[in-house]
Amino acid sequence: MSKRPINLNLLTIRFPITAIVSIMHRISGFFLFLVIPVFLAIMALSLQSPEAFFTVHSCFAHPLVKLLILAFLFALFYHLVAGIRHLLMDAGVGEELKPARLSAVLVIVLSISLTGLMGIYLW
Amino acid sequence: MVKNLTNVTSLSGNGMRDWLIQRTTSVILAAYIIFLLAFILCHQPLDYMTWQRLFSHFGMRLFSSLFLLSLFWHAWIGLWTIVTDYIKSASCRLISQLIIIIALFLYFIWGLVIFWGTPL
Repeated sequence: MSKRPINLNLLTIRFPITAIVSIMHRISGFFLFLVIPVFLAIMALSLQSPEAFFTVHSCFAHPLVKLLILAFLFALFYHLVAGIRHLLMDAGVGEELKPARLSAVLVIVLSISLTGLMGIYLW
Repeated sequence: MVKNLTNVTSLSGNGMRDWLIQRTTSVILAAYIIFLLAFILCHQPLDYMTWQRLFSHFGMRLFSSLFLLSLFWHAWIGLWTIVTDYIKSASCRLISQLIIIIALFLYFIWGLVIFWGTPL
């Protein structure tokens, strides 16, 4: 047996920020997949007739619906920003550990700020 | 050594191709979403006339179709990766992949009906 240190205490194991950003990219993508039919239903209704458009429009004024839209927008912005980070890394930008950690933090900060801005706008 | 992707449920059958498709479609999806958000934000308060006129434009119908195709492909590669990573039982994996691809295919057709069925 090798004498490498072993730490299996789950309370002290912490994921690095880059791993958290990576798994959240997956989770947000899966969530967005689940939302596709809702998005399509809204598109269908809003383009059907002026009356249906009005119904959708007035539904969006409800505070609970606004919260759901914000949850969707957060997943969308997160997936989008994390995706752009991926594309930049594919292009060879910021692949080192330090910039990767920085951009991971940036993904979280940016997606939360964008969602916050939309929240202010919606209310 | 680079091994070929032998998994039969991968649509392109090639990991490198999947990787490239995932990136290409992501750019199209991002362009469409940013355009749509910008349009909505620039036309507040949004009314039916403006909204309907945008989607009855021929160029927009093409853009929306491209978006739907990209969404179908992008979501399939993403979901395929998730399913092959986490579902170890082959039968469960195949069934979930079947459900996902049928759902995505129906979304694609439904989307086409929506975007091409919008009255002029």
